Amino acid sequence: MARISAGIATSHVPAIGAAFDLGKTKDPYWAPVFEGYEFVKEWIKDNTPDVVILVYNDHASSLMMDIVPTFAMGFADEFQSADEGWGRRPVPVVKNHIELAAHIAEQLVIDEFDITLINEMDVDHGCTVPLSLVFGDVEEWPCKVIPFVVNVSQFPTPSGERCWKIGEAIRNAVKTFPEDLDVQVWGTGGMSHQLHGTRAGLINEEFDRRFIDLLAHEPEELKYITRLEYLRETGTEGIELIMWLIMRAALGYGVEEKKRFYRVPASNTAVGHVVYEAKS
Amino acid sequence: MPRTRLYPLADLEDIPGTKVFTALRSREAYYLHKFCMSLMKAENREEFKADEPAYLDKFKMTAEQKQAVLDRDLTKLIELGGNMYFLVKLASTDGLSALKAVSTTSGMGVEEYTQMMLEGGRSPEGIRSIRDKN
Repeated sequence: MARISAGIATSHVPAIGAAFDLGKTKDPYWAPVFEGYEFVKEWIKDNTPDVVILVYNDHASSLMMDIVPTFAMGFADEFQSADEGWGRRPVPVVKNHIELAAHIAEQLVIDEFDITLINEMDVDHGCTVPLSLVFGDVEEWPCKVIPFVVNVSQFPTPSGERCWKIGEAIRNAVKTFPEDLDVQVWGTGGMSHQLHGTRAGLINEEFDRRFIDLLAHEPEELKYITRLEYLRETGTEGIELIMWLIMRAALGYGVEEKKRFYRVPASNTAVGHVVYEAKS
Repeated sequence: MPRTRLYPLADLEDIPGTKVFTALRSREAYYLHKFCMSLMKAENREEFKADEPAYLDKFKMTAEQKQAVLDRDLTKLIELGGNMYFLVKLASTDGLSALKAVSTTSGMGVEEYTQMMLEGGRSPEGIRSIRDKN
């Protein structure tokens, strides 16, 4: 049977991707950010999964314009990196695990999550920056990736509680897939940031650190942070943290925290990153 | 039983200096955003740069939105429904980083803004709520 063995959370700041692609990872501005990922780059060598379910939000690259699904799953065989206005990131194509994706879709609908399937889309920095941070500069991603896309940009977005429940449903779906697969769930985005107006540049380190403090072993109260509270406390884009809750819920009750990292700034954003191994 | 809302929707407008991107704002900016997303193709970026007004006339944007694009006035574009994830395609076409693009809406110069970020960013103290002034 398939099992969820571990989870990773990380910010997915586009400027991190640009720094990576332009070879600036040792620059004084960027080195302290990339150093935070040295652990996971080593850890993943011994813990490369068969499939990553990569939870991210599309940044007006393939979605948000004509169709705004609350929860969607990439259902193409493969996905190219999107041209977000400066050319496509030179990263490997993302290859899907269609059988597992189809199984998850079936199970989610049984669990009353009416998931949208997307037969054609490009994946933007929300998906490719986490892959680069964890796997580094590679010819091919070493595993299959199911892009799992959440609307966190256009209100109404889903609540944190709803995200938690879909994370639990993903867990139950994976556990009933008959093939023996090692699956990881990654939650991406955050931490605090706001990208417009006189509150642009907002960082709430106290909120962010408390979020990381509670996520591993006491995530209960994080489920009930309202969307309004995310906006007020962490900025309009800080609400991306609800995608970390999907990852955490998918791991089940017990986790072992292998790594935590927090750093301000990367561009406009507070960078957060954790690695959890599932214990149950 | 209908579910109780955890907060009044009007509270989304109670955050200082912030336009929460709602479905209605998305509707208002639909053709502006169509233009922005067209810049995801290199040939369209070239065509836009060669003759900006002519290129903009291909989209059903309002005259005000077109002028704000020509002026690169991101603050105005956000007032007119725009969302930064779309608008950043315009900034990228100009070769601007997201940091620089965002800073132009902040009321601060880019150097001052960059320095603020290096020093830990903008504190949420006092700018959580217009009503509560906290």
